[in-house]
Formats: sequence, structure tokens, C-alpha cells
Amino acid sequence: MRPAQEQRSGRFVVNLVLAILCILWLLPTFGVFVSSFRTRDDVQATGWWTVLPHRQWVTVERIAPGEVDPSGAMSFAGVTGTFEELRRGVTAPDGRRVVWMGNRRRGEVVVQESQWISNANFTLRNYADVLTGKQYEIVDADGNKYTLQGDNLAGAFLNSLAVTVPSVFLPLIIAAFAAYGFAWMDFPGRRFAFAAMVALLVVPLQIALVPVLSDYVHLRLNGTYLAIWLAHTGFGLPLAIYLLYNYIAALPREIFEAATVDGASHLKIFTLIVAPLATPVLASYAIFQFLWVWNDYLVALIFIGSQPDVQVITMRLAEIVGSRGNDWHLLTAGAFISMILPLVIFFSLQRYFVRGLIAGSVKA
Amino acid sequence: MSLSRPIEPIPFAASSGTAAFGRTLLGIAALIVVAFVLWWGFFFLRDSNAPKLVIAGAAIVWGAAGLAYIYLGLAWLVGRMPLGWRVRLEPFVFVGPGILTVFYFLALPTVRTFIASLFNRDGTVFIGLANYVSVLTEPFMLVTFRNNLMWLIFGAGLTVVFGLLVATLADRSRHENLVKAIVFMPMAISLVGAGVIWKFIYAVKDESEAQIGLLNAIVVAFGGEPQAWIAQLQPWNNLFLIVIVVWLQTGYAMVLFSAAIKSVPTELLEAARIDGAGEVRIFFQIIVPSIMGMIITVTATVIIFTLKIFDVVIVMTGGNFGTDVIATQFYNQYFVNRNFGLGSTIAIVLLILVTPVVVYNLRQFRKSELR
Repeated sequence: MRPAQEQRSGRFVVNLVLAILCILWLLPTFGVFVSSFRTRDDVQATGWWTVLPHRQWVTVERIAPGEVDPSGAMSFAGVTGTFEELRRGVTAPDGRRVVWMGNRRRGEVVVQESQWISNANFTLRNYADVLTGKQYEIVDADGNKYTLQGDNLAGAFLNSLAVTVPSVFLPLIIAAFAAYGFAWMDFPGRRFAFAAMVALLVVPLQIALVPVLSDYVHLRLNGTYLAIWLAHTGFGLPLAIYLLYNYIAALPREIFEAATVDGASHLKIFTLIVAPLATPVLASYAIFQFLWVWNDYLVALIFIGSQPDVQVITMRLAEIVGSRGNDWHLLTAGAFISMILPLVIFFSLQRYFVRGLIAGSVKA
Repeated sequence: MSLSRPIEPIPFAASSGTAAFGRTLLGIAALIVVAFVLWWGFFFLRDSNAPKLVIAGAAIVWGAAGLAYIYLGLAWLVGRMPLGWRVRLEPFVFVGPGILTVFYFLALPTVRTFIASLFNRDGTVFIGLANYVSVLTEPFMLVTFRNNLMWLIFGAGLTVVFGLLVATLADRSRHENLVKAIVFMPMAISLVGAGVIWKFIYAVKDESEAQIGLLNAIVVAFGGEPQAWIAQLQPWNNLFLIVIVVWLQTGYAMVLFSAAIKSVPTELLEAARIDGAGEVRIFFQIIVPSIMGMIITVTATVIIFTLKIFDVVIVMTGGNFGTDVIATQFYNQYFVNRNFGLGSTIAIVLLILVTPVVVYNLRQFRKSELR
């Protein structure tokens, strides 16, 4: 092969592999997205991909078998076959198919035609049902009415917001001051304290949950917003300090020397010079912490526990999985509601997030 | 990463006289008032039944504004002190709250959990290392460790491999940004949400009905029988859970690898191409060695993440069907079985498992400090 040709075929292979990977990565979320708009009965009966046009056997006629002997050969709609053959379906000369539904004693014969169809009935009902905290009625395929309790994801969504926003700002403020202190001030134990922060970066949360929980129980803090704000602040601080420190310590030294010579105090330098300069890294950490807290399940599970009016959205979703794991129409809608805000933030601020990730990886 | 050289404080002329003294007193009074309001706010926020958004709003004011005020007030106060005291105290105004918070929420609990691990199930009788013996010998713990090993090998391994693959290929494609955004997208999704997404893929229905789970639909279309993927075929059912985390984390590995690959000098790659090296050879002999540091970093991060995996297993199986991992076992022992001693011991074991990474980080930190 000539080099140019080789390059072209090489690029084709690269793009092909990438396309396959992208489909693999998108398909799971896409299936949930499509299913969340399908009706309850459709989700239960057919796969989400059947919303695409496809050939399928469609019943065009139903015949009551009447008095026939199921042990011998039987004739319906122009085809003849034994019970076993009819159970599997017998194809008529005109391309139609005749199938015996049910068992030997009670059953019916259906005549089916292969047609192009798509099960594209879309609805917003799932979202309404899973968001509401009130009761609602459903009618199943046989016409029976049921009254069900809504899952109140709207309330859980607000709880998640109420938990997340302060849990982002509290560590941000504390870490900004601390990072400045570590970077530009001298005090005894500075190296040791910073080394401890680096060590605590990767310490598993599990180690801290129980002692903090027992203090919370004594303070009657458990199950309150305050409990979880403080917990997320404490657990998020090492990364925040580390990330902000790397940025603030790399600011040019001359700025600080000039400002000090001009008589500016540390507080002035911090508020007037460093904080504005550090905006990009503050944004990086804020997004990082936002996604972390919004998506957190463990910390909420431990410190909010079974307080239904404080439960965050990940907890509600996990509960629905446990209690009605086959209600896929609700689960898919619920999953999407829980994903929508992080996805919006993520895609609109991806640049900052990526920058933060790269800065946060402990450089080797 | 190294600690920077601090800047020297410069003495400035402190204003003197009764006016300055009065202002200082006023400042102290203001600080006390704010501290009191914050204290009262603590109880308001703890006990209030006000609507959620009111509480959240109050909390933002209480926390953020109060906190900022405390910092500014203390710094201002310290700034008015004689130079010697100012230099000594000012750093603690800046770093003190951070250090104290981390100490209370992470450092101290480590010690407390370790102590609890030496006691029996309700924390009343000292039993030495007996909990550690059961952790290392009980059959259910051995299953747990086996599963975590599978998570490490397949979870971390596949994440790094896929991350490298996507990063390298995307670097050669015109659609780089689109590809990266798609693979990166699951990073924004919670593990619970990802659990729902994949549970739907693995959903199984009776053979007589149409399959609504994608995987079983494919299997049936090719003439196979539908399987309950996450319940059967133990221990390989763990792999179906591991896939979820690989799907979620590959974006992270890819972004970091991509940044590292872009910093490999192009002259190096072009020289190799001119010498007739194939792309595969360039990848293994030039790109991989140049980004080795990043590969180690990403691998360590991903290993820590997979070691702590909890949400996915709880949502998918609750730890049934032989899928327990250390973090779910910790939760089940402590909060379900209420065996406080054993639960704490499992947490300590988890800590011991990440210790090599802690040591590595500290060593890197010290090395860079010497420079």
C-alpha cells in the first residue's frame, strides 16, 4: 500500500473503533432516556428499541377454537396442524401466520400478519407520577384501577439542592483561606500539617463515618441538613486545600512582595489580589464538589438516614430500586431527573472541570 | 508540588490613641455578636421546620456569610495587634479553621475507629485483635476480598486500558472533542443513577415474554436463553457490576491521558515515523514511556476509587449473590448487623489497603520539596 492510502485506511479504522466505543457508551443512557417517555404498559411489554420501525407479527384476527379435538390435527383460517405445530405457529400460503395461544383446554387462535410498525407512543406521565408527592391513579391493561403513592422526587430534588449548595460554598471558603495560609505564611508545624492534608486526600470515608455519626447522635444533629453540610465540608476539605494550594502557591512571588512593601496586610492581599486571581480554580473545585455532593449516596445514607423529608434524590432513587424495582417506567424517569442538573452543569462548565481534574491528580 | 517560601511580614505603623483602641473594642464586640448569631443559627438550622428553601437560604447566609465574617473579623483584629503577635497569630486565622475541621472529620475519627476495632460488637469489652482474626478468616470476608480483587484487576485494569485506547485514538481523529464528550459524560452521573441504567440493560423476563433488557434481547435474538446476569454465574456476576464502573470512570482516565499525550513532543513522534516505526510501535515505545507518570497516577486514583466502591453494589444486588465488597460489608456489619467492633475493623482494613498510595503521595511530596 502507498503511504497516503495506508494513512486513509488507518484513519478509517480509528474512526470505526471510536464510533463503536461511542455507541457502547451512549446506548445505556439513551435506552433509559427513551424508556422514560414510554407508557407503563409499553415499557413492560416491549424493549425500548421497538420505538424504531421494525417488522413484527401483528394480530389481525382472533378465532375461538370451538369444539375441536386438540389431540389431533386441526384446521383454522386455511391451515392445518397439530396442537404442537400450532403452538409454534404455522405459516399460511399467503404469508400470514396462525398461532394457538394458551393451553390445550383454554386457548384461542390468532391470525397474524408481518407488518412494519413502531411502538412510538410517548408520554410525560412517568415524569409527573414520579415527581409528585401526592397519590395518583393508574389503569392497567385489564381495566383495573389502582391508587398509588407518588415518589415525591420533586421534594427530593429540592433536598438535593438544599444539601449541595452550602456543601460547596463552606469548604470553598475555608479551603481558600487555608490554601493561602499554607502558601504564603510561615507558622510552626506548617510542613507537617500540609503533609497530613496530602495523606488524608485518599483516606476512605468509611473510617470517619461512625465516630462522626456518634457525635451527631449526641448533638441531636442526625437527619438535619446541617449534619450533612458539615460532613461534606470536612470530607471535601483536603482535596479543596490541595487543589487551591497548587494554584495559589504558583502565583508570581512579586505580586506578594510588592503588595507587602506597599503595606497591604495578608487579609488585603487575599481578598483583593488572590481571590480574584484564583477564580478559575475556585470554579473548578466548586464544580467538582457540586457533582460529588449531588451524586453522593453513602454520606447521605449515613447522616440523613430514614428522615423522609430530608432525603436527597440519590436516596429516593435507590429506595425506588429496592421497593419497586420492576417499575421501569418510573425508574427510568427518576434516573433521568436525578441526572439532569449534573449533566447541564457538567457540559456547560466542562472546561473548568477538566482543568480541575488535571490539577487535582497528584503529579508524579 | 512543594511548599513555597512564605513572604516576610513588613511592620507597618500601627495607629495609636484612644480612637484606635475604641475601634478595636468595637470590632471585638461585633465579633462576639456574630459568634452569638452563628451559635443561635446552629440551633435554628438544626431544629427549624421551615420550608426547605428557606432553611437552605438561611444556611447559605449563616454558613458562607458568617464564616467569611469570622475570617475577616479575626484577621482584622489580629492585624491591629503588635507586630510580634500579629506574625504569630495571623497564620492560624487563615489555616486554623481548615486544619481543625479536617482534624475533627478525618484525622481524629481514624484513631477513634481504630480503638473501636479493638472492642467487641457493642463496644463494651476489649478483645484485642480478635476482630482482625475474624476479618481474615471468616468465609464471608474471604468472598468479600476475592470480589475486591476482581474489582481491582478488572475494574481498574479495564478503566486504564479503555482510557488509554480512547485517548490515543481520539488524538488521531477529527471528531476528538465529540468522542471525548461522549465518553466523559457518565462522569456526571451518580453511581446510583448508573446502577439504574445498567440494571435496565440486565433486566430479565420469563422466556415466554419479550425481553425488555438489551443484553437478554440480544442473547435471545441469537437463540440463547435469557439469564439473570447479576444473580447467576457466581463469581463472574461481579463482572457485570464492574462493567458499570468501567463505563463510568473511563472518561476520567481518558481526560488525564489525553492531556499527557498532547504534551509528548511532536518532534519525537515525527522522527520515529520518518525512521519507519509503525503506529503500534510508536504507541508502546514512545507514548507509553513518556506518559508513564500519568499512567501510575491514574491507576492509583482508579484503584482507590474501586477499592471504596459501594453505591453500585448496594443498588444492584445489595451485596447478595456473592457480590459483597469491603465497603458494603462495612455497611452491613455496622449498620445492619450492628456489630460495631467488626464494622470498625473492616474500615481499618480498607484504610490499610490504601496506605501504599498514601505513602507514595507523601514520598512524591517530600521529593518535590527538596528541589
